[in-house]
Amino acid sequence: METATLEPTITKKGFKSEEYFINMGPQHPATHGVLRLLLTIDGEVIKKVEPDLGYIHRSIEKMCESNSYQQIVHLTDRLDYLSSHINNEAVCLCVENALELEVPERVKVIRTILGELTRIASHTLWWGVLGMDVGALTSYFYGFRDREMINDIFEETCGARLTMNYNIPGGLMEDIHPNFVKRVKEFIPHFRSKLPEYDRLLTGNIIFQKRTKGVGVLTKEDAINFGASGPVARASGHSCDVRKYHPYSALDKVNFTEILDTAGDSFARYRVRIAEMWESLDIIEQLIDNIPDGDHKVATNAVIKLPKGDFYQKVETARGEFGVYIISTGTKNPYRVKFRSPGLSNLSLLNHIAVGGKIGDLVATMATIDIVVPDIDR
Amino acid sequence: MGYFSNIYHGIGTLLTGMRVTGKYFLNARKGAITQQYPDNRDTLKMFERFRGEVVMPHDENNEHSCTGCQKCELACPNGSIEIIWDRVIDPETGKKKKAIDQHIYHFGMCTQCGLCVDACPSDAIKWAQNFENSVYDRTQLTRILNKPGSKVRAGVEE
Repeated sequence: METATLEPTITKKGFKSEEYFINMGPQHPATHGVLRLLLTIDGEVIKKVEPDLGYIHRSIEKMCESNSYQQIVHLTDRLDYLSSHINNEAVCLCVENALELEVPERVKVIRTILGELTRIASHTLWWGVLGMDVGALTSYFYGFRDREMINDIFEETCGARLTMNYNIPGGLMEDIHPNFVKRVKEFIPHFRSKLPEYDRLLTGNIIFQKRTKGVGVLTKEDAINFGASGPVARASGHSCDVRKYHPYSALDKVNFTEILDTAGDSFARYRVRIAEMWESLDIIEQLIDNIPDGDHKVATNAVIKLPKGDFYQKVETARGEFGVYIISTGTKNPYRVKFRSPGLSNLSLLNHIAVGGKIGDLVATMATIDIVVPDIDR
Repeated sequence: MGYFSNIYHGIGTLLTGMRVTGKYFLNARKGAITQQYPDNRDTLKMFERFRGEVVMPHDENNEHSCTGCQKCELACPNGSIEIIWDRVIDPETGKKKKAIDQHIYHFGMCTQCGLCVDACPSDAIKWAQNFENSVYDRTQLTRILNKPGSKVRAGVEE
């Protein structure tokens, strides 16, 4: 890491100006986890942001090499814990593709519904925390209130609220709970009535707009160059929705639009996520009445052995493109597993878009990039 | 926009937001979702699929249905389950049969992934819904699931 250039300079008005270092994190509420940011600051203007990772490294990729393919799935819960169901789905799809296993239509539809519910749960939490980061504590409670209904749906069907581990290679661990359809149908109109409330409370708020408009502007070129994905890239006009370009599960059967914005600032990222929640509700509504009958899983061998070769599967989590790359040598354990996490690429552009802003702008930018640190630091 | 119209507009947006919070403030009782947790222990019911901890149900004759096949031990990703078993002579057939001595469950290592219960062929273990698992000493988290003197139920085959 570079050392400080602590040489005082004299400004035009004759004041002595000096750059200095400040640590943001690793235990800072605005970094959303154990992430340390080394800030080089001149007054309050940010000159450089260096993320320092490694505080929550658990070597999950290495652990996968000593686990069977069924056991890998539950480790991906612990990556991006807010989209744990979608992460599980990615591993299961990768293993199923390698085995050339066709799962029943029922499994595909249920996976898609749960995946979109996960996206809404993640975005509601993000909305609440974003409000808190820019100083509006009320949104935190409202976001959690609506997320609670989704958590109850997950708890009843999957058995856990956050680390679901409901997908297994070949299908689902259990069939959906009899109350599942009823609860989801209750949730959709409830959340449709609450989303305009979100707009009234936060979107139109003058303080919030001043904090986010024109802050942390990311151009389309930079979004592509840094490998950004998800709402961060789409807010800059880069069309990259994996659900559109490489549909998986039942996503090729539903109609939805990819949300794009061109401004690229924090407020554009906010608008994209709010609009994505509406789209997710539409996707769920199209599928919830048409869950086909059938089995909830196809039988696989107790010991799954993938054929020799390498396999890749990508999905769209709440944060962007999540990829699973498995190299198999034909044994019951993978030879190497690599996860392409959306958070790492999205964090790498932080230095680019935060320089020149104030520390308060950095907090708003971090919140709208929506990083989850265990996802970055696997 | 002029200076004053900016101020009026700003105050207007703040009042719009306050109307939302005010609605909930006045109807605080109606929309309350807070659970009075330690006080509602008697009425609090978890969902039946909730994964709290692994237990082994015993019937009134102190019999369980674990044959000691060790499928749960193999399925567990973190080595939370350890089965000590032996071959004992079955009094009816006179043949040696696998039987568990101790089904040890290291709850402190468990991630509640559910693979062991999914793998069990004889439904010998299942999930309990209790969630208040804090203890002062981590040795208390190592549990022996089969009760002392218990044996496998007749008719349960591996």
